[in-house]
Amino acid sequence: MVILTSVLTTGALTLTACGSRDDSGDKGGDGGSDTTFTIGVDAPLSGENSTTGLGIQYGAQIAVDDANKNNWVPGVKFKLKALDDKAQPATGQSNATALTGDKTVVGAVGPLNSGVAQTMQQVFASANMAQISPANTAPELTQGKNWQTDKKRPFKTYFRTATTDELQGSFAAGYAYNGLKKKKAFVVDDKQTYGAGLAKIFNEQYKKLGGKVVGTDHVNTGDKDFGSLVTKIKNSGADLLYYGGQYDESALITKQLKDAGVKIPLFGGDGMFASTYIEAAGKSSEGDLATAIGVPADTLPAAKTFIQTYKDKGYKGDYGAYGAYAYDATTAIIKAVKAAADANGGKVPTDINDLRSKVVDGVQKSDFEGLTGKISFDQYGDTTNKQLTVYQVEKGAWKDVETGTADLK
Amino acid sequence: MNTLPQQLANGLLLGSMYGLIAIGYTMVYGIVQLINFAHGEIFMTGAFGALTVYFYILPDGTSMALAVPLMLLGGAIVAILIAVGAERFAYRPLRGAPRLAPLITAIGLSLALQEVVRNFYPGADRARAFPGLDATHDIGSVTIKDADIFLIVAAILCMAALAIFVRRSRTGRAMQATAQDPDTAQLMGIDTNRIIVIAFAIGGFFAAVAAVAYGLKYGNVDYRMGFLMGLKAFTAAVLGGIGNIYGAMLGGIVLGIAETLASAYIDEIPGMQQLGGQSWANVWAFCLLILVLLFRPQGLLGERVADRA
Repeated sequence: MVILTSVLTTGALTLTACGSRDDSGDKGGDGGSDTTFTIGVDAPLSGENSTTGLGIQYGAQIAVDDANKNNWVPGVKFKLKALDDKAQPATGQSNATALTGDKTVVGAVGPLNSGVAQTMQQVFASANMAQISPANTAPELTQGKNWQTDKKRPFKTYFRTATTDELQGSFAAGYAYNGLKKKKAFVVDDKQTYGAGLAKIFNEQYKKLGGKVVGTDHVNTGDKDFGSLVTKIKNSGADLLYYGGQYDESALITKQLKDAGVKIPLFGGDGMFASTYIEAAGKSSEGDLATAIGVPADTLPAAKTFIQTYKDKGYKGDYGAYGAYAYDATTAIIKAVKAAADANGGKVPTDINDLRSKVVDGVQKSDFEGLTGKISFDQYGDTTNKQLTVYQVEKGAWKDVETGTADLK
Repeated sequence: MNTLPQQLANGLLLGSMYGLIAIGYTMVYGIVQLINFAHGEIFMTGAFGALTVYFYILPDGTSMALAVPLMLLGGAIVAILIAVGAERFAYRPLRGAPRLAPLITAIGLSLALQEVVRNFYPGADRARAFPGLDATHDIGSVTIKDADIFLIVAAILCMAALAIFVRRSRTGRAMQATAQDPDTAQLMGIDTNRIIVIAFAIGGFFAAVAAVAYGLKYGNVDYRMGFLMGLKAFTAAVLGGIGNIYGAMLGGIVLGIAETLASAYIDEIPGMQQLGGQSWANVWAFCLLILVLLFRPQGLLGERVADRA
């Protein structure tokens, strides 16, 4: 009984102590006791796109665990605060507000969807807090609305470790025309920022290469019946279907397409690159293709430990698409905190606003070897690592078939 | 290639599915004037009931000829239990309350059912694979799958059985009487509570048939599948004349065909390129509904019911 009581008391005291540090977050560096800072994560953790969203959350979690274990920033412990945006822009915005309002948060990782990022950027910019997306690919997020003619960075707090759709769409067009030798494509998108942008770039680049776009159409997210669309594609004589959007719809489209006897591959972007796509579409997905940013995670020597840890912990979700990028994004924030401490004589700045702005500067100056290669950002906040990979479904799993950089026409 | 026959077949199949779900809306509305907005979710739980039978009860490698009837049975049991349970615990306590109360309960129930499935059914937070009937047949220029044949045969059998039941059986006639005037029916010795339960049960059964057909046709099911299908089926019920069971089927088929043809051909009309295609299908479906309501507010087969308005 005595033992039990003392254990409970100690536990309660420890909890209270932790709690008080969390709330203020500015007692750093005072002889041994650790300061705890929070790194925010925003991604779809339930419902649509959650497979890839959870990969982001757990990728970031492993980075935080590594930082704490290896004492990357002496005297500082990090923890994660993961919020679910359900792939909805409005939820993403309120999550961004919650993260900036929490005075222990030094930076944020996420979101997954470009459309969600659009509503979050301003919130983070107002709080002068660094936001690094491991997954957004819409060009205008870093290069402004008129990115095709006049590049201009809209928010200096926004960064990404993913490359843009301009490169992704072009890479896909090049592979479809030269690699697969497909000359007639039907292009479909889901009208979202990401999907429509990707399909538009594919369409333009494919035509420039000499390919023929035999038809275009749009679908709504949440649609289930694509009978009418499939009949149109069948009748168009296309030998490839390019789809800009997520796996939720594309898995259904490819299944209905193949059930109708149209044996042409569906080619999509990184939004489709998830094991769920293959699970949902079954055998129909055989031979389908997707581009994804970077090089295959399992071919990177640095990512081996990461993948092992991910599997050992039994995390749900898919590290394949963005887990390693989320790890690198989180590491960039942690390293920026360390840089701020180093510049301040080994002590983390006590004022959170000061620290946040120093983290933004630190992230901009990032220069280290991450899991996915060299991590550094250009003047727009885009990653300098522009590599892309085409994957194809082979015997029920994604296999990488070609890695390279896009060749813009 | 002439795509019209194929598109008509696509529309007819989609419409039959809407029609089967719409029966549930229409029967319940016909008898208690309640729009059971949770009906789409009853359809969804039917699909998960069938999925449970296939993946967790039947041994691996059961032939589909045996599996489909058992899945139908499993789906029907779940959907009927949920439909009847909803009536007993969510709607009956509110009978006699202002119309808005049960409507809000229905919306709450639909969200609750979605969340229960999402949180407690293994792997249901994303699309779950469902066994398919994917063998195809070419009939002229039309390609249809075994799943399509299942759907169309099931829809015809269900409608025929319901028509005979309502016209010929004692309970069916009691149902018509209750629909006409519940108070008088009660005075004539009809147990209206029992009739209402039967209406919910039949609606649940039809939704389960549609759900199994849906799973077999599209190859996967998820916890959100009931929302859009339920909304479309409700539209079909209103289009056909809410309260009329033949109207529900007709409304479903008209809606399915209209939607399919609109998404297939409207963008081929000069000047309409921007208003066609798959993503506009819902817009045209609801335009059709508005037009019917403007010129025939009681719906295609509905009757003018002055005393109930």
